[in-house]
Amino acid sequence: MLRAQELRITFNPGTPIENPALRGLSLEIPAGQFVSVIGSNGAGKSTFLNAISGDLLVDQGKVEIDGRDVTRLQAWQRADLVARVFQDPMAGTCEALSIEENMALAMARGRRRGFRFAIGRGDRELFRDKLAILNLGLENRLTDRIGLLSGGQRQAVSLLMASLQPSRILLLDEHTAALDPKTAAFVLELTARIVEENKLTTMMVTHSMRQALDYGSRTVMLHRGQVVLDVAGEQRAGLDVPDLLEMFERTRGEKVSDDALLLG
Amino acid sequence: MTLYSFMGALEIGLIFSLVALGVLISFRILNFPDLTVDGSFPLGGAVAATLIALGTDPFLATLAALAAGACAGLLTGWFNVRLRIMDLLAGILLMTALYSINLRIMGKPNVPLITEPTIFSMLLPEMMPDYIERPLVLIVIVIAAKLALDWFFSSETGLAMRATGANPRMARAQGVATGRSVLAGLALSNALVALAGALFAQSQGGADISMGIGTIVIGLAAVIIGESILPGRRIVVLTLAVVLGAILYRFFIALALNSDLIGLKSQDLNLVAATLVTVVLVLPILKRRLRGNGGR
Repeated sequence: MLRAQELRITFNPGTPIENPALRGLSLEIPAGQFVSVIGSNGAGKSTFLNAISGDLLVDQGKVEIDGRDVTRLQAWQRADLVARVFQDPMAGTCEALSIEENMALAMARGRRRGFRFAIGRGDRELFRDKLAILNLGLENRLTDRIGLLSGGQRQAVSLLMASLQPSRILLLDEHTAALDPKTAAFVLELTARIVEENKLTTMMVTHSMRQALDYGSRTVMLHRGQVVLDVAGEQRAGLDVPDLLEMFERTRGEKVSDDALLLG
Repeated sequence: MTLYSFMGALEIGLIFSLVALGVLISFRILNFPDLTVDGSFPLGGAVAATLIALGTDPFLATLAALAAGACAGLLTGWFNVRLRIMDLLAGILLMTALYSINLRIMGKPNVPLITEPTIFSMLLPEMMPDYIERPLVLIVIVIAAKLALDWFFSSETGLAMRATGANPRMARAQGVATGRSVLAGLALSNALVALAGALFAQSQGGADISMGIGTIVIGLAAVIIGESILPGRRIVVLTLAVVLGAILYRFFIALALNSDLIGLKSQDLNLVAATLVTVVLVLPILKRRLRGNGGR
């Protein structure tokens, strides 16, 4: 369960380029819910995600995950609660390390690291089984450097890595934006499956209204650092991209000019 | 090359392979260009030589040198991680400060170890010439250090350190305290370098304030040579490669200086060193051109 209350973050405060990225954003996600978050460039999507993950600390407000106040915790201190897949396939994995080493890193997420062998007995079988689900043949390439994989393959492995340890919330940061349409569809299907199987509380930030409506059970729209739209259930089931767009324009009283929101 | 000069080159090569292992940790694994090395090498020598001259057991003195190096590394890390000083600058600051500290420790520009016991003299069996015994002792130390590092970097903590250098953001997302990883890695790296300094002082008859000049270049040269003769990304290969690189480097230097044919003298050492590193850096590009692809 995630509870974000009145989050405020301002970049470069007190300078001419002052930029209030989050302006009192509040959102609650009950356990097990899959929420898609949408918004145009500069709406505060990534800032919001970074505030949840701890990559950014909020200026004001409170972040609670599973009842624990994590507002002042660094990213690594809340890694036991938060799993994350980045937009850039390069960002979520260690290029120089092998597939099995990357997975071993994820296996230890949120645990104290000691001097045991990072890849323990039985771990390889586990990794192989997990990778076999992907149907990409990666189960036979455990010792290959992850830098040798394609972007889509790396995102798929990142998703697996995010599900190796239990987490209270899974953050997906436009994790298909850097992929070609076919690979993106594959990764999205995989996402839906992993979220479903592990009953993960999930927040997926996306650029595409289509994706936002097709995945998850609730859609939240951000604009200028605030939640401007929050639909779920039957109301959401009846929505299509044009409806969403219209609702958005009505709420804000302005025309959407960001093509990326309409396309894709 | 005589047996005597061969063993001499091997001895110094082995000592600098510890420096190379240290540089491998900072430059390659942590991705932290750490110049503290030029100060922590003489620091190790100063601490060991001074303690031995005061009558301390050479083994204890060597351990103390190792600890002193670790402290120097911790300070550089602290400058960078906590005080947010740029990595290069943090190392330069420590290196500069260590010059004065080393003078303070020794109390004079050099501390000779001529009659005093060293770990080499204490381990020397009868009937064995010391110029053969010293490289043997060093081989044992270097192999032990290599194996210990291999083990460490395959442990959870070691893997977290590698991730810290390769992709800090990802490492933090996996719960790695990257700041602590940097501190620990630099401590380990400089401890190895100081150990090398302590052994150097004991093998070469004393510590000298200027013994650290160029340490980082030698360490880097060893790493680069090692990586080009034995490519590979696995830790066991990397550690072996830099050890071989350090020894080979020393042999190249010895050969260049010993061949009367070219007429090089010991004052040409740094020129030879720089030329050697340049050649090794350029070699892969030349090879690719000769093969016909990548020629521009």
